[in-house]
Amino acid sequence: MAVAARNKKSARRRQLEAAINYPIDWLEERSGLVGGIKYFIFRKVPGDTNWFHTLGSATLTAFLVQALTGAILAMYYKPDPQSAYQSIQHITNDITLGWLVRGMHKWGASVFIILMFFHMARVFLFGAYKYPRELNWIIGVMLLAIGMLEGFTGYLLPWDQTAYWATVVGINLNGTAPFLGPFLADFLRGGAEIGGETISRFYAMHMLLIPGLIFALIGLHLYLVIRLGVTSPPWSSAAAGSEAAGEEPRTNGRSGLTQPAARSGWRRNGGEG
Amino acid sequence: MTEPQHGDRPHLPGPSLYPIAFAAGVACILVGLIVNPKIIVPIGAVIAILFGFLWARDATEEFRGEPVHAIEPESGGPPESTDAPAIPANQGEDAMPAPEPGERFPRNRFLEGATLGLGAVIGGLVTVPAVGFMIVPAFKGQGYPKVDLGPLENFTEGRWFVTKFFMHPGSDGEVSHRTAYIRNNGQLDGEPSFTIISNRCAHLGCPVQPNGPVQDNQKKEIDGKAGQRITMIPVIPAGGYGCPCHGGQYDVEGNRVSGPPTRGLDRYEFSVVDGHLILGKPYSVTRVDGEGKTARIHKYKLAGPGQHVDGWEQILYPLQPPH
Repeated sequence: MAVAARNKKSARRRQLEAAINYPIDWLEERSGLVGGIKYFIFRKVPGDTNWFHTLGSATLTAFLVQALTGAILAMYYKPDPQSAYQSIQHITNDITLGWLVRGMHKWGASVFIILMFFHMARVFLFGAYKYPRELNWIIGVMLLAIGMLEGFTGYLLPWDQTAYWATVVGINLNGTAPFLGPFLADFLRGGAEIGGETISRFYAMHMLLIPGLIFALIGLHLYLVIRLGVTSPPWSSAAAGSEAAGEEPRTNGRSGLTQPAARSGWRRNGGEG
Repeated sequence: MTEPQHGDRPHLPGPSLYPIAFAAGVACILVGLIVNPKIIVPIGAVIAILFGFLWARDATEEFRGEPVHAIEPESGGPPESTDAPAIPANQGEDAMPAPEPGERFPRNRFLEGATLGLGAVIGGLVTVPAVGFMIVPAFKGQGYPKVDLGPLENFTEGRWFVTKFFMHPGSDGEVSHRTAYIRNNGQLDGEPSFTIISNRCAHLGCPVQPNGPVQDNQKKEIDGKAGQRITMIPVIPAGGYGCPCHGGQYDVEGNRVSGPPTRGLDRYEFSVVDGHLILGKPYSVTRVDGEGKTARIHKYKLAGPGQHVDGWEQILYPLQPPH
């Protein structure tokens, strides 16, 4: 009786699993995406990584929050000198949850920059910028620089007195760069003086050019992280990205996405590995 | 995963200088578009086409099957024929040696080169206009319009006025709001003399404020043409001017007194047309000797805030965008 019930349940369960697995297998057979994602999620990392190693993902999360809230804010914001300020007031005071999304974008910008610095400090103090990861440090520095540029271009968009004069000062600072500085300043302003041209080109840079560049560089950054592996902390005896040949993958009783044991191909074993 | 090893790699042949000369030609075209389209652009085009051709010839040397970096014979006589004995046509394919594994064939190379070359051409055709569209308009048609500041009688002789106006009342409206400190110096050699000081700080461009009472109760507003509105407020800038952003201080003639500014306050040229004061182009000033209508102004071409126009530092800013 009990056995029959269990068999019946497992038959249903098999059907259910088949129904779930079919689309996954379909996708995997045609794209290899499932295997790629599994490789990414279940790849080996040193056993003694710690919470400091999460600062990079935290920065990525902060950026994704900015991208999402920014795209939604763009549905209500009007980037021209006559209506920019009013549209921000409208978002903040009238539109449902506008205050929240604008607040997330405004404060999230600072969070993004701060997390970038924390992440950079971790990489520096752990020596994770050393061979063969120098290129990833360089890409990270580029991300920091254009992240700052994102902050600079976004600061003008509220189009209030603070935004206006901070941008005047910021552009004139760029103008004091030797040789090409005066031209850089004119390029940023879209002319000799700040005006309607300036806000629309700052908006285009803030919305499209720089985020595209950041997405591309984050892609490269992650590719190198996956290719080169995560660095062990300086006090670790484990080598980064090394395979312990013939050994059982190390588990320390905890389960989680980063545990090597989870790599052993649960799909091959019918999803129950 | 095996980590890449440090090691010596074979040195590639030295890079060609043609791409650099080509880039210089393109840069010359772009600069020419801004500065002088009629003379500099053709020069840049000639440079770019010449070195582009040389570069392309250089880069396709291998594809075209020419010997790379062939050494000329030293003898002064006519060069010996370097042609390999031609394979008689009648022997055809049979006479050809069997291809090495991985050997490349001319058509193969041609197609590879054509794909890359066409891709570069198409990419260039799309990118160059787009980038030009992004950069060039910021430097074209820039300038300062003549602004009618109203009849001369409004400017009482010997008094300072905070004068606010719109630089482009039609197109930019409120955004083109500008402020100047204006004093009627009276007559100089039978001509009216005005001191018109820009409120743009010579440090980083914040608006300088007068250090002295602003007589708001005597404010006068004059509506002009096309949405222009001139606001005149008498002021006594006894302590000169000060910048709220970073503390730059100037005296009443706009000379830098203390703080971070690199020079004195900019001034505007002016003219008088039909009894109206017309604002002209702004210019930069290092310092002013004396005061009022007899002052000696050390005048320079307009430069951005924070940029040096005199002293050794001026070599850092050799070119200014056309304004």
